[in-house]
Amino acid sequence: MNLLLWAVYPYLALAVLVGGLIWRHRYDRFGWTTRSSQLYESAILRWGSPLFHFGVLMVLVGHIGGLLVPKAWTEAVGVTEHMYHLMAVFIGTVAGMCTLIGLSILIVRRRRTGPVFAATTRNDKAMYVVLAGVIVLGLLATVRANVAGGGYDYRETVSPWFRSLFYLHPDPEIMADVPVGFQIHILAAFALFAFWPFTRLVHAFSAPVGYATRPYVVYRSRDDRPGLRPTRPGWEGPPQPPDRRSGRTRSRR
Amino acid sequence: MRVMAQMAMVMNLDKCIGCHTCSVTCKQAWTNRSGVEYVWFNNVETRPGQGYPRTYEDQERWQGGWVRTRSGKLKPRSGGRVKKMFSIFANPKLPSMQDYYEPWTYDYEHLINAPAGEDTPVARPKSLLTGEDTKITWSANWDDSLAGGNEIAAGDPVLAKVSGQVKQEFEKTFMFFLPRICEHCLNPSCAASCPSGAIYKRAEDGIVLVDQDRCRGWRMCVTGCPYKKIYFNHRTGKAEKCTFCFPRIEIGQPTICSETCVGRLRYLGLMLYDVDRVAEAAATEGEHDLYDAQRSVFLDPHDPQVVAAAREAGIADDWIEAAQRSPVWDLIMRYEVALPLHPEYRTMPMVWYIPPLSPVADVLRDTGHDAEEAGNLFGAIDALRIPVEYLAELFTAGDPEPVRGVLNRLAAMRAYQRRINLGEAPDESIAAAVGMTGAEVDEMYRLLAIAKYEQRYVIPAAHAEDAHRLEKIATECSLDYEGGPGMGGGGPYGQGPFGESSGTPVPVQVETFHMLRDRQTAGSFTDPGDEPRRVNLLNWDGKGSPKGLFPPRDPESGPVDGGNP
Repeated sequence: MNLLLWAVYPYLALAVLVGGLIWRHRYDRFGWTTRSSQLYESAILRWGSPLFHFGVLMVLVGHIGGLLVPKAWTEAVGVTEHMYHLMAVFIGTVAGMCTLIGLSILIVRRRRTGPVFAATTRNDKAMYVVLAGVIVLGLLATVRANVAGGGYDYRETVSPWFRSLFYLHPDPEIMADVPVGFQIHILAAFALFAFWPFTRLVHAFSAPVGYATRPYVVYRSRDDRPGLRPTRPGWEGPPQPPDRRSGRTRSRR
Repeated sequence: MRVMAQMAMVMNLDKCIGCHTCSVTCKQAWTNRSGVEYVWFNNVETRPGQGYPRTYEDQERWQGGWVRTRSGKLKPRSGGRVKKMFSIFANPKLPSMQDYYEPWTYDYEHLINAPAGEDTPVARPKSLLTGEDTKITWSANWDDSLAGGNEIAAGDPVLAKVSGQVKQEFEKTFMFFLPRICEHCLNPSCAASCPSGAIYKRAEDGIVLVDQDRCRGWRMCVTGCPYKKIYFNHRTGKAEKCTFCFPRIEIGQPTICSETCVGRLRYLGLMLYDVDRVAEAAATEGEHDLYDAQRSVFLDPHDPQVVAAAREAGIADDWIEAAQRSPVWDLIMRYEVALPLHPEYRTMPMVWYIPPLSPVADVLRDTGHDAEEAGNLFGAIDALRIPVEYLAELFTAGDPEPVRGVLNRLAAMRAYQRRINLGEAPDESIAAAVGMTGAEVDEMYRLLAIAKYEQRYVIPAAHAEDAHRLEKIATECSLDYEGGPGMGGGGPYGQGPFGESSGTPVPVQVETFHMLRDRQTAGSFTDPGDEPRRVNLLNWDGKGSPKGLFPPRDPESGPVDGGNP
């Protein structure tokens, strides 16, 4: 069971993530977009979206720091376990709360604003459930560990296990004694990774870092293949009012 | 000097009757789709008026175009790269759907399905965003022909810039129509705003396009464009814009809006320009100097040095020749009657306008004067501040002199031609008063009034490098485009891993337009060397074996089949 959960499943999820991204890039570059709903509603988005995105970026940095940097390294530069723990709990809670509040604002906005809700696909709804689930489970695990006990030092167990995945030498045994809260959070996170390429979340992988160095105006030679391009999958015929019951019925996405 | 070619357009506003044919045909061709219901790549605005989207010219609010920094460089008004990256999660300056208008349809089904009753059933308007009942309160041309009166027209940001006295005299309303498409700028601020680098300017013809496969929906371009001619497709989540009908331009046909223009007011042609000088010209300090700065970037296609440089830059001879015949060059540089729209945005727009003389002439006529007489017209252009100031805010960043110059030339042409029309002797002094000769005025009149299709639209078609590729079509697999089945992708023949329904269908090959036409009308084979391998079976009576029925044998083994010697 341990082997299945902590060795086979993570690799499977990562394989689906990488394979899915390659597949999406090959066959659906057109669908690779944020699908922003700002045109419909701007006032609430203006608060919710940056709150969520900056929060989640901080969370990401925190996870990288906690999971990928070995404990020995931080201690070598003189950061004691106590100092690290305080810092992680403080910054982590702020980032986590930003993310959670931002996400709540965005979900409420999505449900309450007519056009935005009408533009929400089933895929989006499923994605929100998984995404919110991972975030809430993570926060719950942290809060419980810190309220109930003096905190849980995941850098002794989860981090080495996580790194062992990348050494291609998984060590499922260390995960057996990790508190259940963390375990569920990790399993949910890998489910999210596997789901990622098939949702609108792919836009995270096209963060425009090249913009910083690019010249302002891009010149490009004409396509090798002039003339009309094939019809786009999203360019469906004449305008139709959205179907209120099932959300938009669009292929995938 | 680095020469580049640019497809450009000039519109003669005096001839625009505001019929919206261009808008409708453009919509039918390009934006008759879900997600772009509210989008008009071509729209016709009534001036004075708020425009579409509402008050888009108010750059204090919408932050489009470029600003000159203290160091003399250009920066997008909405912020440089760093600011863009930080505001990427919620673009604070994006117009909302209400600034365009909420698209709607009507519940026509109700007309048929309504139960029998006292009242005649009506088709209620339904929002295309929510599917709910909606109230129609605005559209792309809600204030058409000054509908709504002063209340709406007073919201015109251009009118707000002209002086108070002029605004008060607004009661004596003047009006004209302004058709707008994407400006295909030399210094496009939409492209500069795109974090993904999906918006590009084509090196061959300067058309600005959005790569739909690269766009990630960050929507910075909508803010970046001061003309608000980039639109967000709210279903696909991608930016879309006027394409200058590039599939038509590539085969030498005018854009749809030009082709169907009832007033024949559009001119299409090439302009050669020095791309190395664009940034410097766009950063010219004084806003009033931007009009001249942009003109100084254009290169005279008749100048042998320019021709040589153009050849060196890989511009084909037929393109250089087309640039020499370009009506756009004539109107901008030779007759100097065309002006750019809002040069103060520093994007170097390439759709230029001949400002309308009719507001001036109308006032003259209404006050009982002869609106065709040169003296009267010249006097009125000097005296009438309303139209001139307003036009200057549109076309020359508020400098009335170039506008007066253009209107004087148009007035001179009018007066000069009337004398000829009435059988009187041509009056050279009228032409001389605006720095032209009678012959020049006559030529300008011919271009503006009676030019034929071929003279209004000088569009060089598919180029040498295409011909080379078209030849290869027979030997190359036509499915070998990127992502196509030939490249291991999906495609209709199911080579892809997901079977027939995955991937993209084979495109309609518009580039084969000329080749197919040639084949259908040519008397000889497209490829003369092809003859031994071809035979027209319709002419074959079934006897013997005509030449070419069988492929030629190896030359060494000698002739075998009866037909071949």
